[in-house]
Formats: sequence, C-alpha cells, structure tokens
Amino acid sequence: MSTLNVNGRPMSFETEPDTPLLWVLREQLGLTGTKYGCGIAQCGACTVHIDGAAVRSCILPVSAISEGQKIVTIEGLSPDGAHPVQKAWAALDVPQCGFCQSGMIMAAAALLAAKPQPTDADIDAAMSNICRCGTYNRVRAGIKQAAAAKA
Amino acid sequence: MLQDIEVSRRGFLGAGAGLVVGFHIPGIAQAQAGTSPPEVNAWVRVLPDDRVIIRIARSEMGQGTLTGLAQLVAEELECDWAKVSTEQPTPGQNLARNRVWGNFSTGGSRGIRESQDYVRKGGAAARLMLVQAAANEWKVPVAECRAARSVITHTPTGRRVTYGQVAESAGKLPVPTEVALKDPKDWTIAGKPLPRLDTKDKLTGAQVYGMDLKLPGMLNAAIKDCPVFGGKVKSFDAAAIARRPGVKKVVPVGDSAVAVVADTWWHAKTALDALPIVWDEGPHAQASSEAFAAVLKAALDAPEAVVGNSNGDARAALAAAPRKLQAVYAYPHQNHATMETMNATARWTPTRCEVWTPTQNGEAALAATAEAAGLPAAQCEVYKINLGGGFGRRGAVHDWVRQAVAIAKELPGTPVKLIWSREEDMLHGRYHPVTMCKLQAGLDAQGNLTALHMRIAGQSILAGVFPQNVQNGRDPVVFQGLNASGPEASIGYAVPHLLIDHAMRNPSVPPGFWRGVNLNQNAIYLECFLDEVAHATGQDPLAFRLKLMGQHPKHRAVLEAAAKAAGWGTPAPAGVFRGIAQTMGFGSYVAAVAEVSVSPAGELKIHRIVAATDPGHVVNPQQVAMQVEGSFVYGLSAALYGACTLKNGRIEQSNFDTYPVMRMPQMPKVETVIVPSGGFWGGVGEPTIAVAAPAVLNAIFAATGVRIRELPLREQSLKKA
Repeated sequence: MSTLNVNGRPMSFETEPDTPLLWVLREQLGLTGTKYGCGIAQCGACTVHIDGAAVRSCILPVSAISEGQKIVTIEGLSPDGAHPVQKAWAALDVPQCGFCQSGMIMAAAALLAAKPQPTDADIDAAMSNICRCGTYNRVRAGIKQAAAAKA
Repeated sequence: MLQDIEVSRRGFLGAGAGLVVGFHIPGIAQAQAGTSPPEVNAWVRVLPDDRVIIRIARSEMGQGTLTGLAQLVAEELECDWAKVSTEQPTPGQNLARNRVWGNFSTGGSRGIRESQDYVRKGGAAARLMLVQAAANEWKVPVAECRAARSVITHTPTGRRVTYGQVAESAGKLPVPTEVALKDPKDWTIAGKPLPRLDTKDKLTGAQVYGMDLKLPGMLNAAIKDCPVFGGKVKSFDAAAIARRPGVKKVVPVGDSAVAVVADTWWHAKTALDALPIVWDEGPHAQASSEAFAAVLKAALDAPEAVVGNSNGDARAALAAAPRKLQAVYAYPHQNHATMETMNATARWTPTRCEVWTPTQNGEAALAATAEAAGLPAAQCEVYKINLGGGFGRRGAVHDWVRQAVAIAKELPGTPVKLIWSREEDMLHGRYHPVTMCKLQAGLDAQGNLTALHMRIAGQSILAGVFPQNVQNGRDPVVFQGLNASGPEASIGYAVPHLLIDHAMRNPSVPPGFWRGVNLNQNAIYLECFLDEVAHATGQDPLAFRLKLMGQHPKHRAVLEAAAKAAGWGTPAPAGVFRGIAQTMGFGSYVAAVAEVSVSPAGELKIHRIVAATDPGHVVNPQQVAMQVEGSFVYGLSAALYGACTLKNGRIEQSNFDTYPVMRMPQMPKVETVIVPSGGFWGGVGEPTIAVAAPAVLNAIFAATGVRIRELPLREQSLKKA
C-alpha cells in the first residue's frame, strides 16, 4: 500500500512502483479529469501540479514521488471552479471538445503562479499542450485575462 | 445541465429480471427520454419548476452544435434561455419511436443545417401545445393567449401561468403538424453569441468522456490489430503474460487483432506490450507510399477517368491555346488524431448488448453493435458519451465498437472498456485520402484563362467506406468544391472550356471522412494553381479571380469581404506578404487572406489570417468564430506537418513525436468576418479548413517565389527561389 498527498488529502492505493502517476490517478483514485492523450509526454493532456510545478503525469513512475510532495489535479485546483484561470476560461468560452482543457488549465495555472504577468513568449514556452479543436487563441486570451484579474 | 444524475438501466444485472437498477455516471446528463416528467413532445420536456430540457440528437464533439440546436428550439419555444439544459435521446429510443429525432449522424457540417427545420418546428409545436393547455385551463380562446420567456399570458385579463404549470397537460394534447416558424430577423435567442451550455464541467475535470467511464464490475481492455493493413494474427502466446498483474483474459478479436483484458487499462496495456504475437502480414506487406505515388503519377495521364464537371471542350482548347501552364500537386494521408483515442465500453449477454461510446453517429454505432453482437438492434442499445474530438473519425466506421463488443462477448455479463493506445490510434486510423492532381491551363494572348483541365488521381473515400454508393466507378464526393452547380459544394469560377475528372486508385490504407474531406486538397489544387496562373501572367491574384467569378456572386462577395478586411491592395507590414484563397463547401462560402513572412533561412511565420464566411443564416456568431479559428489549427496542422506514410505495409507515424501538429507558438491571429446573406443554411465546422492551406501557400509564394506543390511544408525548403 502506498500513500500520496493528492488535492490536499492523503490517498492510498496499491500498484506496481513503475505505474505512471496518470494511471494511479485515473484508475486507482478515480480522478479521471486528468487525461491520457499520448503516453509519451508530448501532448500535455495529463498535466498535474507537483509542488506547484506543471508535470506530465503519463511518464512519471509513481515511485518517483514522495509522500511529502503535494499533487494537485484539475479536481483540486479550486474547491468551486473559481480559480482565476477557470473563471477566465468560462468567461471566454475557451473549450471546444474540452478533452485537452484539464491539461491546458493546469499548465496555465502553473505558469501564472510562477509568472503572474506572462509575456506572449512566456506563454509560448510554457503552453506546449496540444489541442486539436483549435482553442489556442482563446487559451492565450484566457491566460491574459486571468493575469489581469490577479493583478 | 450536466449535473450528476442517477441513471437507471432496466435489467442491468440480469436479462429479463425486470429490475430497475440505478448506477451513477457522474457528470453526464445521460439520455433519459421517456422518463418522468413526461415530455411535451419529442424535443421538449418542461419540469414543474420551469426548467426546460431540450433533446439533442446530433453529437456534440466541441463544434457547438448542442448549444446551437438548443438555441433554435428555444427560439421557437419562447422559453426562458436561463432555464434551458439538454439531454440526448438514445439511438435505441429513436429506433423504437420511428426515428422521431431524425438523423443522428454528425458529420459533413450538417448538425445545424440539416436539422434546423424540424428542430425549430419541434420547439414551435411544443409552444403551441403549452399555450393550448393554458387556454384550455382558463377556458378562453387560444388566440387571446401569448407566450414569452416561459410564461403564458391571457392578454385580456392578464392572467399568467408558467410552462412548468401546464407542461403535463400540454403533453397530453395532439402534436400539431402545421406550425409557422419565425422570420430569422425576429430571433432573440438564435442568432446571438450566447455562451455554450457545456463549458462548466470542462473546466473542473467533471466532464466524463468515453475513456473516463466506469461501470460496476467493469474490466479494461487494450488491443493490437495487425500493423499491416490486410494482415492477420498467425499466433500469440497467452501463457507468456498469464501471470502478469491483473490479467484476466487474452482474446483474439476477429482474425486480425488480439486484446488483453485486465483489471486496469494500464495492466492490460503493459501486458499486451509484452505479449508475443506473430503476424501473417498478408498481401500488402510490401506496400509503401513511395510505390503508390508512382501509381498515382501514372493515373494523372490515364486515358480512363470519370468526369465530374465539364463544359466546352477543354482538351481541344488546351491543344489550341497560345500559352499553356501545367503543374502537379500532391496531398498525403493524414490521421484525425483526436485528442481522445478510440474507446468503447460494451456489455454483452446472449439476449442483450449495450455499448457506451463517444460517437458522431449513434445510429451507426447501434447498427455496428447489433451486427457484432449477433442480436437484433431492438435488443441492443448505445449510450453516447462525450467525445474528445471527432473530426470524422467517430462517424462512419465504428471499428472500435465492433472490437469492444467482440471482446465483451468473451466475458458475458461483464462490462469491458476498450481503450486504444495512441499508437494503435495512429496505426489504425481511417485516413484522409491520398491524391495527386495535374492541372493544365490554356491562356489567350491577354492572359485570360480559356481552358482548364484538372485531373485528380487517387483514393476514393466512398469506395473504402460506403462502396455501395460508388456507381460506375464514380465517387461524387471526390469533386467537392468543384461541382458545376448546386447548394453543397460548387466551383466559383466560370471557365469557357473546363474538364475536371478523376482516375480512381485505391491503396491498402483505409480511407475516412476527415474534417473538411475532399474539399481540403481540391481547394489547394485549384486555388494554388490559379495563383500560379495569375503570377505567371502578371495579374493580381484577387483581380484575376474576380474576372472569373461574374456568374458566382456569393463566392465573389465572400472573397471580396476577406480581401477588404485584410487590406488587400494596401501595403502589408515590412517583410510580410499576403496570399488569398476561396472555396465553397458544406453549403457555405468561405475565403481567407494569410499574412506570412519567411526568414532568409526559410523559417515561416504566419502572422495573421482574415477569414470570411457566408453560411446563409448564423445561429451563434461566437460559435462560428470558434469553428473558423479551429479550422486554421486543423488545416494548418495538416499543411505544415501532417503526413502519414506507408512503409512495409504499415503507417510509419505512431505518436505526436512523429506526427507533429500545430501548437500554440505557431498559431496565427485569426480575424473572423461573418457575412451571412440569408436565404440558405450552410455548415461552418469544415469549409474554412480548405482555404487555410492555400492562402498560406500562396502567401509563401508571394514572400519567396517558392511554389509548394507537395505537403507537408516541413519537408519542403522555403529558402528564396
């Protein structure tokens, strides 16, 4: 039995140590907001926060995370969907199919935590997530709106 | 909407048990058509607290059709938009009710345009029934009552009643068959840029996609189909993985695939990776894109071809023309690469089969389920789960559904969720067809285009997907955007001598309808070649086109709208060059101007796109803008990066590392100009994709003198010619 701190709570599960965090979240802990898109850290749909940093959970063995590290998934980003990024996303109707958006939102939230007023170059560098529907321009606008709301 | 609800399934625990067993699917307003409170009519339910539930038969996959269709129903219903939510009837219910909800197919940008008439009538009929019920209650003439924002008022006395108070009695009235629809100019809900109804749960992780589904007692499956198209499984060694954690069963699926069923998908997937499988690679083991390109090249000059559009005598006019230009273009296979890979959950018993899956066509999914289950459709059901992208992959061929049912048949009574790995998804797509095109132009002494021959050589989607629709070797879909006339996809130019023909050649790679379909490459072929002719004859690309568009005022108006908004004819910023393109498809007219720069090293930067659309009527301008923006991601991903190539019978690209797509830094600014001319209903999900690539390719030529005739761009040098 292993235990990790997820969304502020200790959560226990049983799995092989090389199981990627993504599949522990989805299949052991029932947190399916974090998505599988590629399995090779290319698309960013699996992005979560570990100690505040955006991490791609699909290639991270669960044994590489210690009990003291704080994992936050989309379900734990805010208690009521009112994180500034979520609010900006709602105001601009950013998602289309929405499948990539958990990862987009988590990447954007980590970016804003590190750089409260990101430039376009900062956004380009931090937001390498793939969206196939085509929300990129609204994602960019959403980050700027969230930054403005925080300022 | 989309709140957690309790979902009941008769007999979930056992066939014929007659039990109603509840289980919980969080985040999904799952279809419950026919449950209480009763419906007013097939399209509308009103709860006693005045909440309005509108039934949506088409699939929502990000394109916004759910919100748009709800707006159309609500407009005629005269209900309070703030109280509207939606639910999906199931394909089985549609079958049982003589297809009262019409067609479930969601492709070809048809969601709004092909259901607008009957969904509006559904809303209007429900309103008439609600008003009639109020009039009956008050014992007054119905003509003295009017409805607005879910409230019915008896005008002479001022008495009021809400929809929720009369919904039950309204539902007992006959459904009126003759209903008048509002003039779009009087719309107050439709036509407005209202926020989507389905955003909230996409921001918190609460939205449940097919891949996220969890049913009681469910097992998980991973699958590997023979990587060579047309190949089979020769043997596999199930014993080698039997002791791996969580593995329950290894099952052959058809004659070409093997699946591992385990407690979790991660266990199934890793066990499958370790499973020794020997393939019989079959007749196409040596097939390659290179070899097939030679077949296509030969077909460009083949004597036999099917004519799609002709007038005058193009061959004779070309032979006699004082000046001729010729070019050959090519367009590769592409994978849809939906963000959510193919998946389905199936539960099979000898008397009933149920499937939960993201699908663009619930009825086709039901037919595939019944066939794979070996049961009548009436003993099967499909529950549509949210789609993580569709783009045509989840519409016509439900190959993954058949697989899921075949696997579930091996474990009667146990729900099994099949998820494709990204690698499986890349290797077993239904690919954008591969074609080449040879274009020949005849010009008079003044540089006027007098003759044009377009010979398309290559793959037919219909031949691969609906072969019964190919008659006498003719696939009409091949000529998308090039047809002589008609409301769907007609050419925008009049050329005195025109011949557009197709020599069908089909490779081993299975084709599919890929967002934009054949309009994508047809627009590149025609719009880039006309650009070549314009430049070769020293004419402005816009002016040259306009000369040919006198008989096509709608095409012309949209092209001019894009040009005007982009400032065509005025100087571009230093180092920035413009390209232009137009086409018509899916019932709409579209045009785009691209502004690009190319560095001396050949690096492309797309700065700005101006895109104009005339879809006739606009139901939600914000959704139209989002579809137009998205079209550039899809169209430019294809143009810049997209190619699936075949080697040794199998697709070489297996994930996003070898099949790159556009990301944020490459995304240009997109300005959408909507110029609805009214009087018709066009689609918006696809047409703009077709002008994305040619506008950019033409701008690249303006910038560099390099004419790109083969895609993707990343394999071409853009250094100045």
